Amino acid sequence: MANFSAAIEMATCTDPGRVRSHNEDSVLVNLPCGLAVLADGMGGYNAGEVASSMATSVLGSAVESAFKVRAPHEVNASGITWAHEVLVEVIGRANTAIHHAAQANPKYAGMGTTLVMVQFFDNRLAVAHVGDSRLYRLRGETLTGMTRDHSLLQEQIDSGMITPEQARYSMNKNLVTRALGVETTVDTEVNEYEVLPGDIYLLCSDGLNDMVEDDEIALTMSVLSANMPLCATHLVQKANDNGGRDNVSVILAKIKGPFPAISSSKSGWGRLKSWFK
Amino acid sequence: MAKLILSMDNLVLKEVSLDKERTTIGRKAHNDVQIDNLAISGEHAVIVTILNDSFLEDLNSTNGTFVNGQRAQKHFLQNNDVIELGKYRLKYVKEAAQPGSQADFEKTMVLRSDMMRKAVEQADGKPADMLAPAMAASVNLAPPLPHIAPAPTPEPCVPVTAPAPVAAAHVPPAPAAPEMVLGAIQVLTGSNAGRTLDLVKSLTTLGKPGIQVAVITRRPHSYFLTHVEGARFPQVNGVSIETQAHELKDHDIIELAGVKMEFFIKD
Repeated sequence: MANFSAAIEMATCTDPGRVRSHNEDSVLVNLPCGLAVLADGMGGYNAGEVASSMATSVLGSAVESAFKVRAPHEVNASGITWAHEVLVEVIGRANTAIHHAAQANPKYAGMGTTLVMVQFFDNRLAVAHVGDSRLYRLRGETLTGMTRDHSLLQEQIDSGMITPEQARYSMNKNLVTRALGVETTVDTEVNEYEVLPGDIYLLCSDGLNDMVEDDEIALTMSVLSANMPLCATHLVQKANDNGGRDNVSVILAKIKGPFPAISSSKSGWGRLKSWFK
Repeated sequence: MAKLILSMDNLVLKEVSLDKERTTIGRKAHNDVQIDNLAISGEHAVIVTILNDSFLEDLNSTNGTFVNGQRAQKHFLQNNDVIELGKYRLKYVKEAAQPGSQADFEKTMVLRSDMMRKAVEQADGKPADMLAPAMAASVNLAPPLPHIAPAPTPEPCVPVTAPAPVAAAHVPPAPAAPEMVLGAIQVLTGSNAGRTLDLVKSLTTLGKPGIQVAVITRRPHSYFLTHVEGARFPQVNGVSIETQAHELKDHDIIELAGVKMEFFIKD
């Protein structure tokens, strides 16, 4: 694996918020692997906690072992990266695990979780998401949403029924159209983006973006970029100061330098490529 | 459950609950809200209710449908909106959420595929097969890499900001809640002595990036000073604040990067 610890700094903060007694969000970072996972659980009683922590633990371990076999940047015959394939596969496995648990235990019936996870590799990232947890990128002074929510509200915006401004007042705000654990299969969306030094990535649950405006998020990330842990706690604090009506979680990843793929010596193509570098 | 209150000349005629997907309004008898007046079209307007939201749509009526005085073709109804048809008024009232259910509104819930299909059908007025993946791109959504591109040559990271005694943030100030106090700092020493800065933004950084930086955070009831980076911590009234956030009191003296400044509350 590339040296992520030198190239990337990560910080996390997760909080039950001001209204809920339990925190059903779950976060996991594995810096040596270049991996960050955030899940926002839902379900009766506290089954949400079970669903989201199952997601982070299954995904945290499965991804690491998959990349020991093959490097994430290698592509298959159809041009799809191993990273993309792995993410789809392990998320499918997590879905099955959560779905089975939900079926087997009446207390967990109907539980599910959203998911956003990022795998860094070869100066790029692959982001997989299901539901309305988000990935943002701050590049320079511009904050960009990198994921489109799988939610009723987003469908309404996309079909022109309501404008994004009106969406803020909608009562349908937290209805997601996809989640892990609720059906036997899950439709994971995976996208890849190039990564530049100086970029700061933010994974968050809707407890953040429902309470804090985008321009506040951008301001906080920009002004506190020199101190990622402080930036994470400030974002969560802002969500709570604005009401804290839901669990709130953030993962920040600051890109300090490049992280090119280390060509595998087993791969002839990799050896050839490294000749030309 | 939301409802409509029908009135004319300030006389309440009736109340209608919006418990159906489509609530029709017009002169003909089959309408859910029948208004027997020649200024109202046979089929004048409809209110489509999707789960917790309601949308008003004019059905090409002769005299039009107005909301809060403005002509409307399609309108996303908000609590207390007044729909005007001719001389008739329909006030849209959404019951305030109960204390228990308010917490539930913020809960994320899954819309199962059968409910989803129903919601889309109501919206279009025609059956939907499967939800097509959204085609339009919303503002600010980054385009993904279409195929595997070779990794770009990394550029060296060049620091952008020059050291400055006071660095302001780049976003317009957020409107203050009525009870929020406004603080300010006045520089006491150094080349900027005498300058004052109103702390309107939610975050204001002080100091020299890369050397010593602290942030003043504007929170609902007071301001807090926190160390951001640097080998030395800021001092307040001669005492180092270490790594914790320090609540600022009126006339506190802050010392940072060799510069003294006073924090004060503005009336």
